[in-house]
Amino acid sequence: MDKVYEIDTLIAKDINAYLESHQNKLLLRFITCGSVDDGKSTLIGRLLYDSKMIFEDQLAQLKVDSKKMGTQGNKIDFALLVDGLAAEREQGITIDVSYRFFSTKKRKFIVVDTPGHEQYTRNMVTGASTADLAVILIDARKGMLTQTCRHSYLCHLLGIQNFVLVVNKMDLVDYNQEVFDSIVYNYYEFAKRIGIQNLTSIPISGLKGDNITIRSDSTPWYNGLTLIDHLESIKLGQTGDKTQNFCMPVQWVNRPNSDFRGFSGKITAGSIKIGEEVVILPSKKTSHVERIVTFDGDLNMASNGQSVTITLKDEIDCSRGQIISSSNSPPKVADQFNTTLIWMDEKKLIPGRAYYMKIGVQTVMATIAEPKYEINVNTLEHMAADSLKLNSIGVAILTTDVSIPFTPYAENKTLGGFILIDKFTNSTVGAGLINFALRRTQNIHWQNVNITRDDHAILKKQKPAVIWLTGISGSGKSTIANAVEKKLNRMNRHTFLLDGDNIRHGLNKDLGFTEVDRIENIRRVGEVAKLMTDAGLIVITAFISPFESERQIVRKMMSPGEFIEVFINTPLHIAEKRDVKGLYSKARLGQLKNFTGIDSPYEPPEKPEINIDTTSMSIDEAAEKIIKKLFSF
Amino acid sequence: MKQAQTHLARLESESIEIMREVISETDNPVMLYSVGKDSAVMLHLAKKAFYPSLPPFPLLHVDTTWKFKDMYKLRDKVAKVTKMELIVHQNPKAKEKGINPFDHGVLHTDIWKTEGLKQALDKYRFDAAFGGARRDEEKSRAKERVFSFRTAQHLWEPRVQRPELWSLYNARKAKGESMRIFPLSNWTELDIWQYIYVENIEIVPLYFAAPRPTVIRNGMLIMVDDDRFPLEMGEKPVIRSIRFRTLGCYPLTGAIESKASTLIEIIQEMLLTTTSERQGRIIDKDQGVSMEAKKQQGYF
Ligand SMILES: Nc1nc2c(ncn2[C@@H]2O[C@H](COP(=O)(O)OP(=O)(O)OP(=O)(O)O)[C@@H](O)[C@H]2O)c(=O)[nH]1
Ligand SMILES: [Mg+2]
Repeated sequence: MDKVYEIDTLIAKDINAYLESHQNKLLLRFITCGSVDDGKSTLIGRLLYDSKMIFEDQLAQLKVDSKKMGTQGNKIDFALLVDGLAAEREQGITIDVSYRFFSTKKRKFIVVDTPGHEQYTRNMVTGASTADLAVILIDARKGMLTQTCRHSYLCHLLGIQNFVLVVNKMDLVDYNQEVFDSIVYNYYEFAKRIGIQNLTSIPISGLKGDNITIRSDSTPWYNGLTLIDHLESIKLGQTGDKTQNFCMPVQWVNRPNSDFRGFSGKITAGSIKIGEEVVILPSKKTSHVERIVTFDGDLNMASNGQSVTITLKDEIDCSRGQIISSSNSPPKVADQFNTTLIWMDEKKLIPGRAYYMKIGVQTVMATIAEPKYEINVNTLEHMAADSLKLNSIGVAILTTDVSIPFTPYAENKTLGGFILIDKFTNSTVGAGLINFALRRTQNIHWQNVNITRDDHAILKKQKPAVIWLTGISGSGKSTIANAVEKKLNRMNRHTFLLDGDNIRHGLNKDLGFTEVDRIENIRRVGEVAKLMTDAGLIVITAFISPFESERQIVRKMMSPGEFIEVFINTPLHIAEKRDVKGLYSKARLGQLKNFTGIDSPYEPPEKPEINIDTTSMSIDEAAEKIIKKLFSF
Repeated sequence: MKQAQTHLARLESESIEIMREVISETDNPVMLYSVGKDSAVMLHLAKKAFYPSLPPFPLLHVDTTWKFKDMYKLRDKVAKVTKMELIVHQNPKAKEKGINPFDHGVLHTDIWKTEGLKQALDKYRFDAAFGGARRDEEKSRAKERVFSFRTAQHLWEPRVQRPELWSLYNARKAKGESMRIFPLSNWTELDIWQYIYVENIEIVPLYFAAPRPTVIRNGMLIMVDDDRFPLEMGEKPVIRSIRFRTLGCYPLTGAIESKASTLIEIIQEMLLTTTSERQGRIIDKDQGVSMEAKKQQGYF
């Protein structure tokens, strides 16, 4: 029964006609998912083999490999066609997604093989994000498992519309209809609860080839389509994207010379014609389309999916990350969202910490509140959670540092899906979907005051500023901060010193030293310092403030030029030798947990305004240097 | 490519989107230009992505001094016509030691290509390099991300690749680390040929069948492109009608006997063939996962 798909006779007869038909074949992107060892890779290998996508040299290699691995005796191990990494072949599992291509007379396919192992769920998510259809495999002997539920849930969450339930390894249960029926029954129950609508189920054997490309004699009780017939005939084109209004995120400003200024991007919704009115978001400036430029000549009209360069009639400000949209009902702009998050990093989510958020082609900073709940993928229960760990799915409020244009993910994926990037390691640590925007911040209006911050500053005859000292314990922050304040005081400046230990006795006495509490500690200090600069003061702070991302949040709170970061640069071994408070020895003995430099990291500033090397500078010199710099701003 | 909805138009648009992301999110990108058909397509796409500007990066050819003469000819012509900067890098150590495909086997590729590439990237401090690899070429390539992260030592760690959702590419990296970018990831060999055909892209004439001097080595049909090729006593190259499905160093690249001398004939032949395009490459032949091992060490 091998190779039922013969090479298209049209190729030899009329190649032009063949190519024409090939161009017009619809492309279906699908993924296989399910639990470990349910037979996903084997099934894909089988599909490739049966659709004649395997060349002779590859087949020869496959036979050699199969023998070497010895999993199938002398028979072919189809999984080896897709499990391409050495580590995968050794362990007989899939670790990362694999993208394979094949086509039949009717359609082209990109099939994404995903790992079943829970540890590698993020790779499965990678594959699911671009798929139109999910093939969910279940081992007939095992039935539904946690990973079956997790994968189904994730596929549905990411917006996949079509599902095929494939009950695999039917050969191992004697092609028993009852086994099939009961698995199908259970899965339908689950599918209904998560909202899957288009679902078909097929009994197969990936290994033996039953009901994959040809109908099996072993399952006379099954009268549905074979898998490939189903994949070839299922209706396509429902992407789930509902927005019809023109939208194009600007990727790049195209300026070959001073006469041309075009905005290059890929259209993510709707279409546009020359002369139509557009609005730039978030600035809300409007203009009209002058030209739609491409290498192959100007266009009168362009639509969803095309990469073009647009010029506008007016000279208006527009740069990378902004959005050109049709002026009737453009995407909304907001800075706080209800989001569903999929956490993908070994280090768990830290509420309150700033992450980079990439959405569309824009990168902004985002902080995430403690999750409202985590979702149990088996029972779909909402569980209380104070964070999300690797592979957890939860719902949380996310706040961005600037307002961004968006559409809910359910309406359009490009402006509703985002990734989160760790600012320190640069890894992609999470993915998220915008459910809706919140209006909380908008509802609390700023109370207008008559005496402005400038009035306060003028009265004090000074320019307000925050001198932010950061460094490990015992580096000399408090001592130097004190010296700076004394000098400024003598110069008749109005100052205030916020010191870590003092604040922790009052305002922040509810906070401990976990990562989350440290972040909140710094956030509060930042807000207090901000209020003090509004009052016209020069604020000096002395906090360890070990994380770059929090220091950057504080920097962003202040007016430009008012934040002066001072790195009190003392090597650990020297601070430890000084050990003024005896804390290092305690930490070394394990009596103090989460101690910076010992069992909690210190991230040195990337670009501090001032660097103080305490090993080569006296306290007085350090204070002088800081004050000199302060007055130079 | 004017029709909005053909398969090739969609692939083209996706590749353009990728290229525009790269120049916006990296500091110093470069395009690896190997003169083959995939490079030709990639370069063509770059022209489209940035038009009317020139592609805002140079081309880099990591040369081994053993490419086909026709490849050098086209390379220099392309550099002139596109007006893009062309950097040619030849590993000075390989040159000094006279590394060659006849005496040094695998080392030849390691030293000229892998080492040479790393040297060039370090020398010019490129933090992103476009490559024309496709996922359909080989099973470890099928596993690679579009934005493929490399450590400061240029290592690829296939087990800890970054998740890559939708078309949201994470190009962030620390100093010294870099990205390899594969804008042709989702193209197949057939897509490449069809695109060359519709877009009328110039490719090296060696892809078309013509009578050429050949000998047989290790079961492969090798073209004798110059007199550095060590012939056996009394051996005379035989003129055969041959062409190449992939191009590399001439002593290591197997030809196929063919009469296909037009693009459409090539496409037809390719669709009817029973062997893969990589079959003609000696470098891919050593043991199962050799490509993965090579990639881990920094080979493209
Ligand atoms: N008898 C029988 N065995 C099968 C069938 N399909 C797969 N297997 C075997 O099940 C084992 C696991 O198959 P894989 O294809 O590697 O499973 P997978 O789902 O890709 O596993 P992961 O990718 O690691 O999650 C292999 O030994 C296969 O040969 C089938 O239909 N019948
Ligand atoms: Mg697998």
